[in-house]
Amino acid sequence: MTDLRHFTGFRPLTVLCLFILYAPLVIVAVYSFNESTSITRWGGFSLKWYVDVFTGPEAPKFRDAAINSFTIAIGAATCATLIATAAAVAMTRAGRFRGKLASLALINLPLMVPEIVTAVASLVFFITIGLTTGLLTIFLAHVVFCIPFAYLPISARMQSVPDVYEQAAMDLYATPWEAFRLILLPLMAPGILSGFLLAFIISLDDFLITNFVKGAGVETLPTAIFGSVKQGIKPNIMAISTLLLGVSVVCVTLSWLIGRAGQKR
Amino acid sequence: MLDVAQAVEIDSVVKRYGTVTALHGVSMAIAEGEFFTLLGPSGCGKTTLLRCIAGFEQVSGGAIRLHGEDIAPLPPHKRMVNTVFQNYALFPHMTVLDNVTFGLLRRGWGTRDAEARGREVLRLVQLSEFAQRRPGQLSGGQQQRVALARALAPRPKVLLLDEPLSALDLKLRQAVRSELKSIQRETGIAFVFVTHDQEEALTMSDRIAVMSAGHVQQVGPPREIYEAPQTRFVADFIGETNLIDVTVTQVSGAVARLQLPGGAAMDCPAAPGARPGPGHLSVRPERLSLCAAGQGDLAAVMQDHVYLGTDTQLLMRLADGARLVVRQQAGSGTVPDPGAALGLRIEAGAARLLAD
Ligand SMILES: Nc1ncnc2c1ncn2[C@@H]1O[C@H](COP(=O)(O)OP(=O)(O)OP(=O)(O)O)[C@@H](O)[C@H]1O
Ligand SMILES: [Mg+2]
Repeated sequence: MTDLRHFTGFRPLTVLCLFILYAPLVIVAVYSFNESTSITRWGGFSLKWYVDVFTGPEAPKFRDAAINSFTIAIGAATCATLIATAAAVAMTRAGRFRGKLASLALINLPLMVPEIVTAVASLVFFITIGLTTGLLTIFLAHVVFCIPFAYLPISARMQSVPDVYEQAAMDLYATPWEAFRLILLPLMAPGILSGFLLAFIISLDDFLITNFVKGAGVETLPTAIFGSVKQGIKPNIMAISTLLLGVSVVCVTLSWLIGRAGQKR
Repeated sequence: MLDVAQAVEIDSVVKRYGTVTALHGVSMAIAEGEFFTLLGPSGCGKTTLLRCIAGFEQVSGGAIRLHGEDIAPLPPHKRMVNTVFQNYALFPHMTVLDNVTFGLLRRGWGTRDAEARGREVLRLVQLSEFAQRRPGQLSGGQQQRVALARALAPRPKVLLLDEPLSALDLKLRQAVRSELKSIQRETGIAFVFVTHDQEEALTMSDRIAVMSAGHVQQVGPPREIYEAPQTRFVADFIGETNLIDVTVTQVSGAVARLQLPGGAAMDCPAAPGARPGPGHLSVRPERLSLCAAGQGDLAAVMQDHVYLGTDTQLLMRLADGARLVVRQQAGSGTVPDPGAALGLRIEAGAARLLAD
């Protein structure tokens, strides 16, 4: 195979792509430490916008939004992980059953459907069944779209655990439940943790679906930030965005590291 | 058979996977404290039979009894049977000791007692100092012994071993053989041992069941399997043999009168089921000796020889074109020239008329 790196223009193209992808993030992160109120002119280094996030006039709004965001992310990621684990066990351990392919497609559907469609559909669904939009509807919608993200690392991990371990456990008088709890679950743990972290970050970052199903007066961090931006971008938005970015990077890195450590064993 | 307690009775067991039949009505009885070996080529159904006994597969027909009790309705975790898996299947996230006590704890032993028993079994397999290691930190041979200890700890009625030595190198395999055999004697637990290595089967077993394509060909002690094979498959699979086409003129009980190629008549022991008509005679190469042309039981022509160190293989051809191998011990006689006409003498009682 010809090495891709020898294609003419490979290097400039790579640099351009990386620039388009990451320059905005770098600018946001850098300007969040700006002394001046301007978002385009550098006025020296300062942490004042970070202080502003926690103590400024918008602090209560951000605090409430953060509490909502983290509550929903932890709850939705937990539920999605439980469901994804059950699905992965069924997919890899139940042999061949009718509708297996259909189930797999269904689990991964949220990855394929445009998010705006899911958002509209969720809203219509909640209205139809008479559920008032609010924290509960955000939570339910998040559980649904987090499932495939939790499912991917969990099922990848499970496929690398041969079923002879559970057979050995049952051979040694473990009930099927004990075999699952004492053998399969610990062996799957890295995948499960990795799936949870991924689901958590996906939920924490979601804007579109949340914005549709959140109802009036309920905000999560992304919607609160969006609300503030509509009144003009201030550097405190950059500070809070940088904080979110940090949380994301930490979670995704952890998820990746845990998944990799699990593979090696 | 009635006076010996049966650990396992396998009664006309049939196992089908869809359209594939892996076991065609297999029957055998394994006695208390016996080292019983299932021997056969790849795909003959050895693993399938073990999995049926352990409960990982449901039989499609027939019955399996453990100490007289039909175990068909019991799930694997309720059968007093333990397995040493081919690749050991040691729990990678547990220490050696936790692996060994796993079965005891599931059976409701107290932690203290389980640990004491675990250490006792680890002593038996000489792994006491490895109790706190993880399986990943052990060599293949050590892992094999942990798997054995783990399966022995709950004192099962029967221990199933699926090619437990196949992952070890030759040297280690030979050492572990005698160790395994002595552990079996010490514990008095019936072992059902699967292998496709005939040497392993012959050296370790009290009795061997030779299987082929889902059928039991013959069950008996190693000596009987080797010296008195009943079918062409067994005669050919165990050791080396010459199969000679003969005409059976008369069968009376366990003795048959037959006509050898070349016309000589002889009496020889016959396998049950041998019938008058065309048949096959099995003679081991070391049971044939050379004599002058015109003498002996068979007339042969020397073709070639293969020097093997301890002995020499002489390749012969009969008048009808059939090939024959004679094994000559080193230093016992000279190797004839190619093309030389010779007589071959069959050692008295060493030939056997087969059932098929
Ligand atoms: N799950 C299954 N589905 C379909 N056929 C199977 C299944 N398991 C085994 N078989 C078939 O049953 C037959 C016996 O297989 P088995 O594994 O018992 O052989 P074996 O004697 O243990 O061979 P080996 O020495 O290679 O381990 C084979 O023809 C195999 O293809
Ligand atoms: Mg096998």
